Amino acid sequence: MATKNTSMRDALRAALHEEMLRDDRVFIMGEEVGRWQGTHRVTRGFYEEFGAERVRDTPISEMAIAGVATGAAMAGLRPVAEMMTINFAFLAFDAIINHAAKIHYMFNGQFTVPLVVRAATGWGNQATATHSHTPEPIWAHFPGLIVACPSNAYDAKGMLKTSIRDDNPVLFTEPIALYPKPAQIPDEEYLIPIGKADVKRAGDDVTIVAYGRGVDWALEAAETLAKEDIQAEVVDMRWLRPLDIDAVLTSFRKTNRCVVVEESLPHFSFGSEIAAQIQEAAFDYMDAPVKRVSAMDVPLPFAREIELMALPNAQKVVQAVKEVL
Amino acid sequence: MATKTESLTRETLLAWYRELVLIRKFEDKCHYLYFEEKDPARKITGVYLHLASGSEATHVGAIMAMREEDHVITAYRDHGIAIARGVDPNRVMAEMLGRKTGTSGGKGGSMHLADRSVNFWGGYAIVGGHIPLGVGIALKEKYVKSEAAVICFIGDGALNNGYFHEAANQAQVWKLPIVFLVENNQVGMGTRIEESSGQIYPTKRAIGYGMKEGPSVDGQDIISVYESVKAELDWSRENGPVLMEARTYRFQGHGVSDKQFDSREDFKAELQEWEARDPILVLRDHLEKRFRKLDEEFAAIDAETTARVEAAVEFAVNSPAPDYNDLISNIYVGLNHLGK
Repeated sequence: MATKNTSMRDALRAALHEEMLRDDRVFIMGEEVGRWQGTHRVTRGFYEEFGAERVRDTPISEMAIAGVATGAAMAGLRPVAEMMTINFAFLAFDAIINHAAKIHYMFNGQFTVPLVVRAATGWGNQATATHSHTPEPIWAHFPGLIVACPSNAYDAKGMLKTSIRDDNPVLFTEPIALYPKPAQIPDEEYLIPIGKADVKRAGDDVTIVAYGRGVDWALEAAETLAKEDIQAEVVDMRWLRPLDIDAVLTSFRKTNRCVVVEESLPHFSFGSEIAAQIQEAAFDYMDAPVKRVSAMDVPLPFAREIELMALPNAQKVVQAVKEVL
Repeated sequence: MATKTESLTRETLLAWYRELVLIRKFEDKCHYLYFEEKDPARKITGVYLHLASGSEATHVGAIMAMREEDHVITAYRDHGIAIARGVDPNRVMAEMLGRKTGTSGGKGGSMHLADRSVNFWGGYAIVGGHIPLGVGIALKEKYVKSEAAVICFIGDGALNNGYFHEAANQAQVWKLPIVFLVENNQVGMGTRIEESSGQIYPTKRAIGYGMKEGPSVDGQDIISVYESVKAELDWSRENGPVLMEARTYRFQGHGVSDKQFDSREDFKAELQEWEARDPILVLRDHLEKRFRKLDEEFAAIDAETTARVEAAVEFAVNSPAPDYNDLISNIYVGLNHLGK
């Protein structure tokens, strides 16, 4: 199968492009998606190709972006709303959680909300406290919403295409640090099913569970550990809701040890949830407590030296694995 | 009364009169079932029940101005709007009682009535949250180049919410076919419009968005509401959004927990003034002056609507409660409640 080395931003762009060609109901709305070419250049060239009806620049109005897109989705369109960054989506929390995610249930299935809300997520390179959130676990708290966060260009394309075709509202976050990172992408179309985790590296000694950018740290740590003959299995969750806990448990029952990596905060976190579910479902298989590698429980500061202190990295993952062995 | 009434026939106006009376009786019955009913199987339970008695002409007049393909969306004071738009009163009452046969299967409750089959997109309980949804529905109609338009009811209290600001601006930027109809009962919960709004004339806010400032009509007069909303809907199909107002009142306070009329003298005096302009009386006066000798028709409507409401209650009471399968269904499309 022919492949091309493609950055995550171009993989996402290809997914959007293919879906817009495939289905006239798919359109894009958000801040700077059109004339500006997209803040992260994911919608580069779309305004010229598809026109202002299908690539709709919006005011800086996050409540309206999410709310209007939800209404349009209810009425039969398939909007892809871009939030620029997940930090700004906090302003749209009610529209996404209380409306998009509740409407199908609250009206007993009369309406569907085939909506994708895209947003860059994660540490933004001295972007400071308000612009550096990785808050997927908060959003994943609520039934009715699907929460996606790819860790690489290949997954990003297949997951976004699936999300656009799905009839449920999807919050699709894209680790901002990974936009330029390339992967081999097949020329042929492919889809990645909702709610399926992926084992990115096989190993028998410890399970490292991660999502988004945490997968890179996990894989880097696994390579370091392999030099010491420790074989880590890296499970990339890909979707936080639905959460493929079966994939975690399958791996854990083999390794009996687990480290969870999260770029997000530790308090009421992704790692907390994975740890809780492991002890509920596989207590008899536990040879050590589940260890979490999270961002420090502080707001992120500006100065580079102390900002980096607060973030996870591969060395911290290596250290954590050694603590559970 | 408005001037173009000659085109409205006796039959049409009597049909509207019936709607006003039916909705009033329906809500009076809800009030009874909430406060007075002793039989637990017949009682309306829960913490919310927002009656719109006094505002029926605003609701029915606007709905009657809609074409079949038009859409309507509103907030939580939604019972009369649902019935006026043609939602089966049996199913509305069943939802009030949380029955499986309700418009939302007993999962939405009184604030979340909806019926897709008549383009009634629902009542919504987060103040302002439905406004961008209405704008999104209007966007769809423009996107597919149809002529359908949207009525978005907005309480005067919701005008101070960020949702209104963002959605109104977006609707104007995209010139979407939507009539923002401010149902101005002059109070948001217990806070008067003068105490909550720097601009107490709602339509003036249109200027801030470059939007058409629509009329301010007498919300107690169904004919005025009908004619104004019809004209503004037609304008919006071609040109974009309009912000208009119907000045009205609610006779029952904000909700069932409200002590407005028990504790505040200023509201009590005002209530008496507005009750003299009860929308049912206003239309009845008009009908009597224009057509005379309608006592038989009024009596027949009275009896028929009373029976209709009783039938709705019986339907609801005899409907099953939702079950475990309902609890866990329709969270996702194509996935169960466990996400599988």
